[in-house]
Amino acid sequence: MSKEIIKIENLKREFTMGNETVHALKGISYSIKEGEFVTIMGSSGSGKSTMLNILGCLDQPTSGTYEIDGVRVKDLNRNQLATIRNEKIGFIFQSYNLLARTSAIENVELPLLYNSKVSSEERRERAIKALEMVGLGERLHHTPSQLSGGQQQRVAIARSLVNNPVMILADEATGNLDTRTSYEIMSLFQELNKKGITITFVTHEPDIATFSSRTIVLKDGDIIQDYQNHNILSAADELAKLPKQDH
Amino acid sequence: MRVLNLFKIATKAIVLNKTRTLLTMLGIIIGVASVIAMLAIGEGSKESIRTTISSMGSNMITIRPGADDRGPARGSGGNVQTLVLEDFNKIKEQASLLSNITPVVNGSGQVINGANNWPSTIYGVNPEYLDIKAVGLQSGSMFTDIDVKSASKVALIGQTVVDNVFPDGQEPVGQMIRFNNIPFKVIGVLEEKGENTFGQDQDDVVVAPYTTVQKRILAIDYLNQIMASAISEDDASEAVTQVTDILRSQHKLMNVDEDDFTVRSMEELISTFSSTSEMLTILLVAVASISLLIGGIGIMNIMYVSVKERTKEIGLRMAVGGKGSDILMQFLIEAILISVTGGVLGVILGLGATVFIENFLNWPTSVAMYSIVISFAVCAVTGIFFGWYPARKASALDPITALRYE
Repeated sequence: MSKEIIKIENLKREFTMGNETVHALKGISYSIKEGEFVTIMGSSGSGKSTMLNILGCLDQPTSGTYEIDGVRVKDLNRNQLATIRNEKIGFIFQSYNLLARTSAIENVELPLLYNSKVSSEERRERAIKALEMVGLGERLHHTPSQLSGGQQQRVAIARSLVNNPVMILADEATGNLDTRTSYEIMSLFQELNKKGITITFVTHEPDIATFSSRTIVLKDGDIIQDYQNHNILSAADELAKLPKQDH
Repeated sequence: MRVLNLFKIATKAIVLNKTRTLLTMLGIIIGVASVIAMLAIGEGSKESIRTTISSMGSNMITIRPGADDRGPARGSGGNVQTLVLEDFNKIKEQASLLSNITPVVNGSGQVINGANNWPSTIYGVNPEYLDIKAVGLQSGSMFTDIDVKSASKVALIGQTVVDNVFPDGQEPVGQMIRFNNIPFKVIGVLEEKGENTFGQDQDDVVVAPYTTVQKRILAIDYLNQIMASAISEDDASEAVTQVTDILRSQHKLMNVDEDDFTVRSMEELISTFSSTSEMLTILLVAVASISLLIGGIGIMNIMYVSVKERTKEIGLRMAVGGKGSDILMQFLIEAILISVTGGVLGVILGLGATVFIENFLNWPTSVAMYSIVISFAVCAVTGIFFGWYPARKASALDPITALRYE
């Protein structure tokens, strides 16, 4: 029985908009075990983004418990949340969010700059290793403008890996990419998952879910489906099946 | 370690925006440069006043008849006849802090040598005058106490007088001149001293024994002035008190009576004139400080823009673990770096401007170390003060909002 990395119990999140209270999450419970590849699906307004913010320790639940790697997030202050984000979570965004005019390696080093336990030598070493892991070992000193969309997302993935997080949290990570590049990125995620990295992927694209091991579907702030995927497609195979592009 | 990283981040942001940073710095650069240049001009003129006055004899003490006439609605002391030779003798006898002392009588008149004549001033003094005024001889010799006793018609003349009454380059020593029709034998020429700070030609003088001037030219028996020099500059103010006490008892003044004479040391004179130039310096520096302030506001402005522009970056930094304090420090360091770098460049420019002013405008300047230190401190404070608010704003951003910011 593998370790539970995420434990959520009766989690609620409410927003007050003027006189109205919006119930974005209405008492959700689930947990994610180490090594899982979970997609959280839902259309807009389903509470997906709120879930993501709470999972990413950017936001606090109104009630209920959220534990990440054994730490109860509910009672933490802003600075402690920042430390949790720094040490336990790797973020990947739809729009990559790389620092402009800054080389790939410096972008990847960024999270470690906020971790005073890591020396500058170790920082560089780990950044190179992370970039090699995503297949960008040759492009360490390229700036985002010199990289394609897929490559930029790979840099972002390397950045999310560099602090050895307990979970990678991806927010529509393939949303800005074409099908081919999406599959390339998904196959990279699958590779990383095989190495034992836990991935939570928030998306509204159903085909992404076919590459993951488990899917949670949200609707109107509730979980309407939570199932294990017994027929995981290989993104690499799907990529091969795509018609060859003309060059 | 953490601060070092933040320092790196801040430096990087500055380097990535070279032109903008330089333009932002410009305000600080100009502000600091002008403060330094203005202070240098102020210090320079103060120093030049001090030098001029010192060259007149820095430990000199002057005693004039009449009450202190500084201030409004007082008569000039020039016509008051309360200072007499007796006073001089008493002071010479009793004042222990004085090294030299001479009575002074002076009058103006025409110096004539054949067809050449020149309006000048004659000073009647004793031989100690040269030491008091710190003036040497270019040629010839000073008259002696015997000349004073016998009221000899001998005189020393300054270079201006020489130039005007001996235009052919004749050697003046040994020649006869006339001052207001009284013949004098020229026995020496005074060293050239040039103009003093107040534009007075110090070489336009005739110096003769005071007895001669009193009896033969002015026909008076009082003194216009007594000049003395204190043993040292440090003793000057003490000597002033001493002389004052002697004169008060000599003049039989009661405690309630005001002095009927004025004793002044050079130090006082220096401070009187320095205060004028100080006032001017303060005005100049005030104007320069305003430009420094505007420079600071420029920094604040650009930091605000920078925070706005980099909202998404701030969101990302927070998402990957940057704490509010990290963000605050990053922007604060950036602001301080801009202002301090601007300060360094400003100091360099200010020193350059000072050299320029000194060499091309021929104004006396003197760069005071304190002006550099102060400008520097002001720069750092400016950076913190004007950088704080934008930095604070950046650090208070909500990471979720910041990440979504477009």
